[in-house]
Amino acid sequence: MSTELTGAEITIRCLQEEGVSHIFGYPGGAVLFLYDELFKQDKIKHILVRHEQAALHAADGYARSSNKVGVALVTSGPGVTNAVTGIATAFMDSIPMVIISGQVPTAAIGQDAFQEVDTVGITRPCVKHNFLVKDVAELATTIKKAFYIASTGRPGPVLVDIPKDVTQQKAEFNYPASISLRSYTPVVTGDVQQIKRAIQMILEAKRPMVYFGGGVILDNAAAELTEFVRMLNFPCTGTLMGLGGYPSTDQQFVGMLGMHGTYEANMAMQYCDVLIAVGARFDDRVIGNPKHFCNEERKIIHIDIDPSSISKRVKVDVPIVGGVSAVLKELNMLLKAGRETTDINALLKWWEQIELWRARDCLKYDRTANIIKPQMVVEKLYEITSGDAFITSDVGQHQMWAAQFYKFDKPRRWINSGGLGTMGFGLPAAMGVQMANPGSKVACITGEASIQMCIQELSTCKQYHLPIKIINLNNRYMGMVRQWQEFFHGNRYAESYVDALPDFVKLAESYGHVGMRIDKPEDIEGTLKEAFKLDEQLVFIDFITDQTENVFPMVPGGKGLSEMILV
Amino acid sequence: MENEAGALSRVAGLFSARGYNIESLSVAPTEDPTLSRMTLVTNGPEEIVEQITKQLNKLIEVVKLIDLSDEGYVERELMLIKVRAVDKDREEMKRLVDIFRGNIIDVTNKIYTIELTGTRAKLDGFLQAIDRNLILEIARTGVSGLGRGERILEL
Ligand SMILES: Cc1cc2nc3c(=O)[nH]c(=O)nc-3n(C[C@H](O)[C@H](O)[C@H](O)COP(=O)(O)OP(=O)(O)OC[C@H]3O[C@@H](n4cnc5c(N)ncnc54)[C@H](O)[C@@H]3O)c2cc1C
Ligand SMILES: Cc1ncc(C[n+]2csc(CCOP(=O)(O)OP(=O)(O)O)c2C)c(N)n1
Ligand SMILES: [Mg+2]
Repeated sequence: MSTELTGAEITIRCLQEEGVSHIFGYPGGAVLFLYDELFKQDKIKHILVRHEQAALHAADGYARSSNKVGVALVTSGPGVTNAVTGIATAFMDSIPMVIISGQVPTAAIGQDAFQEVDTVGITRPCVKHNFLVKDVAELATTIKKAFYIASTGRPGPVLVDIPKDVTQQKAEFNYPASISLRSYTPVVTGDVQQIKRAIQMILEAKRPMVYFGGGVILDNAAAELTEFVRMLNFPCTGTLMGLGGYPSTDQQFVGMLGMHGTYEANMAMQYCDVLIAVGARFDDRVIGNPKHFCNEERKIIHIDIDPSSISKRVKVDVPIVGGVSAVLKELNMLLKAGRETTDINALLKWWEQIELWRARDCLKYDRTANIIKPQMVVEKLYEITSGDAFITSDVGQHQMWAAQFYKFDKPRRWINSGGLGTMGFGLPAAMGVQMANPGSKVACITGEASIQMCIQELSTCKQYHLPIKIINLNNRYMGMVRQWQEFFHGNRYAESYVDALPDFVKLAESYGHVGMRIDKPEDIEGTLKEAFKLDEQLVFIDFITDQTENVFPMVPGGKGLSEMILV
Repeated sequence: MENEAGALSRVAGLFSARGYNIESLSVAPTEDPTLSRMTLVTNGPEEIVEQITKQLNKLIEVVKLIDLSDEGYVERELMLIKVRAVDKDREEMKRLVDIFRGNIIDVTNKIYTIELTGTRAKLDGFLQAIDRNLILEIARTGVSGLGRGERILEL
């Protein structure tokens, strides 16, 4: 009657039950039994990366672009420590992931055993939750809990640490269909009283502003948000994490806000009288100096599923704890049913003011230059992909240009590390995106410094035939660092010049890919077209760009939103 | 909170990671062995205390949290204190222990070990009342508290 399975079998069965299609991982001693079980089945495809950090970023890109839980598998000790950057990256951006890590056998825990680290301890501050499974009988429910916690409420990474002996021991396999935890009950629907107060405030607004963030993407609420904003004819702005939550090409969208946000978005944010924050967390890169921000009087309505995001940095007048989608649905319904309308005249005047700000054309750059302007590369990429590609990025100036110049009309198309700002994210994330969206165009906008942080993944891309297009905006500088040094450190470019660069074309070729290099603006379009024609191959395009270009507008650290440096 | 290994370190880690202050912390299992009860004393401006409450509630193992100081509550802390007690100090110390309703629970010809229970303020008061130089060692448990009357922390 032995229906007992080993811990390793149980783990894989659980993942199958969860409908996991891809696992990104790297083997090692502590996870050998798990790999053995992976070998014996073909429902789950394992993607072998070249560094555990990349396994995490790939699972993360997979999750962000597909709305599924990303899954990574790493071994104990160095496997885990390599993964930490990727776990923290996902944590900061609230990405649902389950990480399975191997651990030394239970009897060896605490003995400074070979490849032992206190995984639960090391990852505790950068996971939504973590577990050490000491008893095989608890393995299945623990994995169920992990998926449940990772994907509900404010999502986040959950780690399950499994000692090697637990993967060998046997227990009966029972995967619970659902699970409830007495200590974890996320609220989804908003309080009706609060929603009614919000409506009153919305209807009375003279200078309203909608400010949306990653919560809209995470909760798949783009349609509800769009309906809300359009119905009211309010201006709206998105954070770096929110882009695509509302169509960027729409007139009511005034661009991204924040440190590198548009003039019109930041001014409207500063001078609105009613601010409706939707799944955004008033980050320091978004509102600048909170004191300066609060110098202007305005009422704030804040919709967020995590109470700790509300009134954390800025005091809020109407907090609505709940899911973006559910709350917006309710708001839309009540607004449609109600008789009162917004103050149309005031709104018209407000729009006039906004259009004046918009006319400042804060994103302008020299289109006639005879060296490549990075902004132009992104613009051309946008045109050639009809605005419909999945774009991942690394961290730096190129990331900001990508955000400013690629107009995302759909959610989950813009994949970047906002909260942690992890260089090295772009390429492995693109692998996960391509895995989740085979046949779709995927481009990674990167810089010559960032790309080198996970360059080894070119090998993974070859193995799995991932036709990613790498757009390397090569300014030979850690441009973002150089920009700060230029503005705030008297042009002393300490260690920000990226010397001894590889020949990226040859490098790409040596991994079996196609490499291209251009340095003339007139070649941008043709080269991009040629690259995308090679739809079965990874193409690495090295754009030699203007070394001195800076990202504008810029709100310097400690300054207020209306104190932007403009071109 | 759930009576599980690691729950306490999550709370302690949260406080150090976010720069919150722990004045005292006491924790032990309850009548339901799957649950333990923690009483944590902290301080800070209202917004910070609000954040602390929200952040604690986010911890998966925290089942229920109340701010005792929102309404009526009782608190007690136990302190064991070892003092030098020779000559005239012996009598004086005995008298003070009586005033504070403490007990002397261990005696040698040079030393008293005193047990004292009460609010934090009372224990602090006792320490103020005695000569600092006589104190050899102190062990305090940290405060435990319960709501007054019908105010019960239930699931
Ligand atoms: C070089 C660099 C420059 C940057 N410059 C800028 C900049 O100019 N502008 C900018 O905006 N950002 C910028 N960032 C990013 C910034 O650091 C933050 O990551 C970002 O602003 C946070 O976005 P968010 O507020 O949308 O929050 P997110 O991190 O996306 O958080 C989402 C919020 O939504 C909530 N939420 C989650 N799920 C739900 C749900 N189902 N229902 C309701 N709520 C939910 C969460 O609780 C959280 O509060 C920059 C980053 C880097 C690396
Ligand atoms: C892992 C990591 N280390 C350091 C930093 C700090 N940092 C932010 S941007 C940047 C420079 C990025 O240079 P590059 O990739 O060439 O992009 P550019 O700004 O030139 O477009 C650095 C070092 C970071 N974000 N991540
Ligand atoms: Mg660079």
